[in-house]
Amino acid sequence: MYWINTIIQGALVGGLYALFATGLSLMFGVMRIINIAHGDFIVMSAYLAVVVVGLLGVDPLVSLAVVVPVMFGIGYALQRGLLNFTLGDDILRPLLVTFGLSVVIQNGLLELFSADSRRLQLPWLETASVRIGDQLAIGLMPATVFVVAVVVIAALELLLYWTDLGRAFRATADDSDTARLYGVNNRYIYAMATAIALSVMSIAGVLFGIRTIFDPTIGPARLLYAFEVVIIGGLGSLWGTLVGGVILGVAQALGAAFDPSWDTLAGHLVFLFVLLVRPHGLIPKTVGL
Amino acid sequence: MSDIPSYRIERSTGTSRLGFAILLVALVALLSLPGWAGRAEMRLLIEISYYLALAQVWNLLAGYAGLVSVGQQAYVGLGCYVFLAATAFLNVPPLPALLLTGFAVTMIAVPVAFVAFRLRGAHFAIGTWVIAEVLRLIFTLIRPFGQGTGMSLPISVVRAISENRTARELILYYFSVGLGVGSVVLVFFWLRSRQGLALAAVRDSEAAAGSIGINQQRTKLAVYLIAALIAGLVGALVILEKLRITPAAAFSVTDWSADVIFIVVIGGIGSIEGPIIGTLVFFVLRALLADYGAWYLITLGTIAIVVMLKAPRGLWGLIGEGHNVHLFPVQRRVRFDANRQPIRALGK
Amino acid sequence: MSLLRTNDLIAGYGDFQALFGISLSIDEGEAVAIIGSNGAGKTTLLRTVSGLLRPRNPTDIEFDGSAIGSLEPEQIVARGIAMVPEGRRPFPSLNVEDNLRMGGYCRRTGPWTLQRVYRLFPMLAERRFAQSQTLSGGQQQMLAIGRALMTNPRLLLCDELSLGLAPIVIRDIYAAMPDIRAEGTTVLIVEQDINRALETSNRVYCVQKGKITLEGRPGDLTREQIKLAYFGI
Repeated sequence: MYWINTIIQGALVGGLYALFATGLSLMFGVMRIINIAHGDFIVMSAYLAVVVVGLLGVDPLVSLAVVVPVMFGIGYALQRGLLNFTLGDDILRPLLVTFGLSVVIQNGLLELFSADSRRLQLPWLETASVRIGDQLAIGLMPATVFVVAVVVIAALELLLYWTDLGRAFRATADDSDTARLYGVNNRYIYAMATAIALSVMSIAGVLFGIRTIFDPTIGPARLLYAFEVVIIGGLGSLWGTLVGGVILGVAQALGAAFDPSWDTLAGHLVFLFVLLVRPHGLIPKTVGL
Repeated sequence: MSDIPSYRIERSTGTSRLGFAILLVALVALLSLPGWAGRAEMRLLIEISYYLALAQVWNLLAGYAGLVSVGQQAYVGLGCYVFLAATAFLNVPPLPALLLTGFAVTMIAVPVAFVAFRLRGAHFAIGTWVIAEVLRLIFTLIRPFGQGTGMSLPISVVRAISENRTARELILYYFSVGLGVGSVVLVFFWLRSRQGLALAAVRDSEAAAGSIGINQQRTKLAVYLIAALIAGLVGALVILEKLRITPAAAFSVTDWSADVIFIVVIGGIGSIEGPIIGTLVFFVLRALLADYGAWYLITLGTIAIVVMLKAPRGLWGLIGEGHNVHLFPVQRRVRFDANRQPIRALGK
Repeated sequence: MSLLRTNDLIAGYGDFQALFGISLSIDEGEAVAIIGSNGAGKTTLLRTVSGLLRPRNPTDIEFDGSAIGSLEPEQIVARGIAMVPEGRRPFPSLNVEDNLRMGGYCRRTGPWTLQRVYRLFPMLAERRFAQSQTLSGGQQQMLAIGRALMTNPRLLLCDELSLGLAPIVIRDIYAAMPDIRAEGTTVLIVEQDINRALETSNRVYCVQKGKITLEGRPGDLTREQIKLAYFGI
């Protein structure tokens, strides 16, 4: 029973990891950019929520109403104003520019908020749990996060497959030149992709901030988790990132059960194993998103 | 008529001979430094030397082989710990331990490359980072190395280098400068060799290079191993200098990757001169902005972003390439004796 | 006034110049063919007209009286020029219907709707949810044409429709041309298949090494003239 509990906890955390990974997957799928500052934007969202909660005195979940649109705007501006100029054949440019961005964001947050750890408080959700049967207790917070992840991914799939914008994303991911022949403005599409990616990341960031204490320097670790989820779950598949997230979450939970300081390492080792065995992940898609 | 006129391959230019002269002067200054400068300057130059070494090989990796690694700290850290293990646990004397460290780290890099090369581009970058993290976590968890709190180099080992502290510092100084200068020389001769021409071909076009028989996997592996070797030696020198190491410091992505990447980007990717300039600029910036805490890094990051957008070939690109200046003549020009006109430049 | 006019058009790829002064004009309602061997510059010409390549002088291409040389492809399709690219280039991760809907992305109005395209190419309707890569070459060509028609173009550029296809398939594809022209669309066809080009068009240009070497009505040109212009021998 203890093991089942552990696995379920791990699987639910996987929802959060899937949310981390979705933004990365979207940006890579449409633009072939890996944003090294990915994790730092997640942390930035958490700090943004801190500010909103402080200013307006609202619940962290309510702060999402401000945080998500703001991060949407930041994502749009970031792509349109900066990252669009790094696109091209040379992979060094987007990689090194986002690397610089990562350092700037981390240290900017350090200057603004100091190195002290913080947490978004949501007492009623943090500790509530649901009992199933005699021995199984599922935390309401992890369950909520998982449900949010499923809803967000479903919404994105809907966007991708049922809307003009989504079709444009997929067409641009396939063949950006031909997409332009049919009216797609690449610069706008890339900006929308980043805007949506950052919006998803901001939701992840706020939920993460409720769940764990955070400080300006923990961004890179989230990038690594997101990356591992994308590779485990399969490049180019959104539901795959959910599967990947669950696998990573369970691996970490089992590692932690063995010894609390083994959680991250266990995750890394599972990632390396998948890399060795299946470099294209578990649910590969041939092309595009 | 199709007689091929006699030709020779020319390398050096007027500027490069001048450059050599300047570098020779700098070298003399470096070698004689302990005679006219203090211990603080020596420590600084030790640090500059190993950053220069790391920058040269990172440039070789990213600028020439197309392998953007954010995981070199894996080998620096391994260098620290292998040296520690060899001297503290196996009682190997310091100099053989240094050689053993270089050898062992390079050997470990082989299977790592096997895993990492399954990824390409940005994925490779993050994959190498993950591998470095795995090593950091392992060393944080293993007991013999003191886990998170780290481990010191035993006094007996320190004494084995030399009983005299001044002598120890001199030895460390010359080893470090040797490593720094040696890396520059190594990269210079590598690029001038057939290996280097192969590398330039791979950098310019993998498909074309493959079609004329250049084995890019082998070329890339060779570059990766050299980078690991140098990083490992840097690691050994780091523990010799600091005398105590923690996994966080040994495998620090900031110290051994981020700073190095900034150095190469700002100085100029894809040239030997770039990392040299970048290292100097980096240390000047550090000295100037030391009191400003996080603003120092914000500035560094912003400069890197601006450089990548506006001047992708870095400072050296702005100064040098505009006028076809090369301090280190690694390009090859085919000169036909008949009319003394350079026909084309190969490699760079 | 011509619908499309080029004046001494010069274009190329970086250091490599491909067009050395092409002057042609197409009137509304015409079907014009451009023939020439591989590397003559035909595809370069279409890419320049559609905006994927920049001409040296932006004023050298005029559509409906305005210079379009400096416009982006997405702006050009909005004006009414659509291209059926060389090699079809369907979007691999989109199914047939999604590919067609991409044609509708630019929101131009006109007779070409999804239903109208399905009437033209019933086979596409049968396989509307199939992944575009699973279609045969001929079916992909129909898909590419249908996708371009969905933009409701005034001028349709067709780049090498017959490339890699069997004669029967080519016949079926060209059978759609009369319907397309009946809706008022002007057609510019680039072809290596000389017979097809001559059969389908009102006028023909022959291009060789980036220059026009022959122009006229199919009926007025002799085999010898065409061979000379095409091959330059």
